[in-house]
Amino acid sequence: MSFVTVFDIVNSFGLEIRTGEKRLKEQVTGGYASDLLSDVIAHSRKGNIWLTIQTHPNIVAVATMKELAGIILTGGRKPDSDTLQKAEEEEIPILVSPLFTFELVGKLYQMGISGKGEC
Amino acid sequence: MLKTVRADLHIHSCLSPCGDEAMRPRALVNKALGKGLDMIAICDHNSAENTAAFIRAGDERGLKVLPGIEVTSREEIHLIALFDTPEDCTALQNLIYQNLPGENVEEVFGPQTVVNERDETVGVNRRMLIGATLLPLEQIVSMVGSLRGVTIASHIDRQAFSLLGQLGFIPEGLSLDGLEISARTSKEEAQKRFYAYRHYSFVRFSDAHYLEDIGKNITHFLLAQTTSEEIKMALHHQEGRRVVEQ
Repeated sequence: MSFVTVFDIVNSFGLEIRTGEKRLKEQVTGGYASDLLSDVIAHSRKGNIWLTIQTHPNIVAVATMKELAGIILTGGRKPDSDTLQKAEEEEIPILVSPLFTFELVGKLYQMGISGKGEC
Repeated sequence: MLKTVRADLHIHSCLSPCGDEAMRPRALVNKALGKGLDMIAICDHNSAENTAAFIRAGDERGLKVLPGIEVTSREEIHLIALFDTPEDCTALQNLIYQNLPGENVEEVFGPQTVVNERDETVGVNRRMLIGATLLPLEQIVSMVGSLRGVTIASHIDRQAFSLLGQLGFIPEGLSLDGLEISARTSKEEAQKRFYAYRHYSFVRFSDAHYLEDIGKNITHFLLAQTTSEEIKMALHHQEGRRVVEQ
């Protein structure tokens, strides 16, 4: 996989940057898509870009704990205000895409970002 | 004087699309009494429209029935809300109905039957009760609290529709009164798995959808009266009220 940063993803797909602007230069190691936070804790990996429709403040804690590269809220979901505040404090990029998860995963895959395959 | 109360406070009626059609007031009350229960709660998905009929059927036979609702939050978390008065329960139902999109598809999800205390069908609820509300978890918990109700996170040991499954861990500062453990996890296993949450009271209820499941997973409480207020005191270990370990 070629070297892809969060910024490259933002640029390629016109994502709206809500928080974490300082950390957009980080390398993305792969991707994970899930709305069950327990599942993300179990299966995402450091440096992953994470696609979800959950907007609860706990998503920031999960991204911090798993050292994820950033969170993309799909389907134009709006993050809760306390989620944004927490993400600012933790410097976690929260990005918003109008695309639904399936569409965006396809585009990310074409860009060279992959998951880790089977569990 | 405090006495031990055998309670199953998470039971679905025929109003829940997934609840069996036999889950009607007289049949259900008889089954609960046969199981030696002192207290039950009817908690249908996102509605309390059958609770009044069950309370009357319980009164006739001497079984305490609390009105309740199993609310689905925006995050798709199931929460049990219990009350002492139908008015408080209806106030929560009103908030839910303003935030519950969709219509039920009976062929897919099942019928949503409204009954009277004689087990007769009196109507059908057309809302999509199995769906999620647009209400954030925190808003539901604070609404139930302001209505003097009890909030318990449903079946936290399950992957689907549980607080821990959906959100990974319990957010700090959430005013929950207790955590429900389903029949599929033993008491010992639960104590180990949820050790981090031992400051909450653990309760076990059946989550019955069929008559034969009623009373299969219950909690013994030490209470002065069979009210939700006393249940709340027990969950917070107040004035001698408590959950009695079996």
